[in-house]
Amino acid sequence: MALSNILETPAAGFNFDNAARNASLEGRLEGGQTPKPLKTGTTIAGVVFKDGVVLGADTRATSGEVVADKMCAKIHYIAPNIYCCGAGTAADTEKTTDLLASNLAIFSLNSGRNPRVVMAVNILQDMLYRYHGQIGANLILGGADCTGNHLYSVGPYGSVNKVPYLTMGSGDLAALGILEDGFRPDLELEKAKELVRLAIHAGIMSDLGSGNNVDICVITKEGADYIRPYQESEYKDDRKMKYRYRPGTTPVLTEKIVPLKLEVVQETVQQMDTA
Amino acid sequence: MLEEDTGPGWLSEEVKTGTTIIAIEYNGGVVLGSDSRVSAGEAVMNRVMNKLSPLHDKIYCALSGSAADAQTIAEIVNYQLDVHSLEIGEDPQVRSAATLVRNISYKYKEELSAHLIVAGWDRRDGGQVFATLNGLLTRQPFAIGGSGSSYVYGFVDAEYRRGMSKEECQQFVVNTLSLAMNRDGSSGGVAYMVTIDEQKAEEKVILGSDLPTFFDQ
Repeated sequence: MALSNILETPAAGFNFDNAARNASLEGRLEGGQTPKPLKTGTTIAGVVFKDGVVLGADTRATSGEVVADKMCAKIHYIAPNIYCCGAGTAADTEKTTDLLASNLAIFSLNSGRNPRVVMAVNILQDMLYRYHGQIGANLILGGADCTGNHLYSVGPYGSVNKVPYLTMGSGDLAALGILEDGFRPDLELEKAKELVRLAIHAGIMSDLGSGNNVDICVITKEGADYIRPYQESEYKDDRKMKYRYRPGTTPVLTEKIVPLKLEVVQETVQQMDTA
Repeated sequence: MLEEDTGPGWLSEEVKTGTTIIAIEYNGGVVLGSDSRVSAGEAVMNRVMNKLSPLHDKIYCALSGSAADAQTIAEIVNYQLDVHSLEIGEDPQVRSAATLVRNISYKYKEELSAHLIVAGWDRRDGGQVFATLNGLLTRQPFAIGGSGSSYVYGFVDAEYRRGMSKEECQQFVVNTLSLAMNRDGSSGGVAYMVTIDEQKAEEKVILGSDLPTFFDQ
């Protein structure tokens, strides 16, 4: 009988294989700094409305004090009916959601069904708890399945919250204020999208780590609509992207020609067979 | 000013259910109660979390301490109790559930920081309340736990009487929760209450405006 669950239970204990490698790398850098991990100082939000779930995110990824990516995609695909917003360390959220998506794809192919949101949450919680907070992923999972529309948050230590509206990331308190004020049960689609947009906008305005555009993803039982970007930032620079310079742009001040004396040391001839 | 900006505390701090939980036994069942606040540092992560988690049809546990640890223990014991009750062919005893929780709490004492109060009804001994703090197992007429419990030890010690009825127990639980939520910064939100007897386990939410008020409110 085929197993409906291909997820292998991993060996007991934590897997810190890379810790030794990281430590030796640090030693080799000779007093230099190890690169800081790319964090998505972020605002992400989710709202359950009448027919489904709306997820929203900003698009700024920071590395220390610099904006590393202005069009970072923080809403990750998990399944056709489940999407996940990630805040925290960018690599951790990417990898964790990718791993989850592959596992659920195998499950779907095996069982012939769309996965349930609660299954995705359980797998995530299991994995994050096992790593005791070392994986810095704060995730908001939203989806529509046969049991209804659900929104969950999973913290890096493995705690799970199931609530009708959520925010996470460094801009979460600013966004939560908007949601606390504007949320009603059974909102209509347009109102829900507007509410999430306002919440992310509040995060972008009030938090340095969040900014640029607003992405929105609407998931209903008909499917998912990933609108990227839903709202573009007013503060955009006009970059030409192609930089071509006329000949003569850089003036030549001096020219010196040094001939290279070469001697023929060896000469071999090989016949080419062109038959 | 070149130090690394670690950001607000709640991004990296572990999520705790700084809590008030209480369970009390009466003749014929038990009443469990909890607040609903989940905090990470100074921020409230979830203001409506139900900390009364079912382990079986008529056995519930109340969670406190680290949110992840407590939720995980409750899930593991829920699974173990399901297997156990299939094996024995009938509903498990409350003492069994409490023992399973105690086994995990004791074995992983150093790594975990969660305290669960287990309470329920079974055919053999009726309503029972067990405390499993730090890996001990003790049956008590009532138990309180969580950060808010410190503020109400005096109240519960003075007000508890043997032989209270179901309604009196429910009122006792609600009063205790209300007092603790008012004094403890890490407890608040709404109050959840579960009453378990031979027939059923009844869940109830008491909104902030319906909680009893005391002299300073």
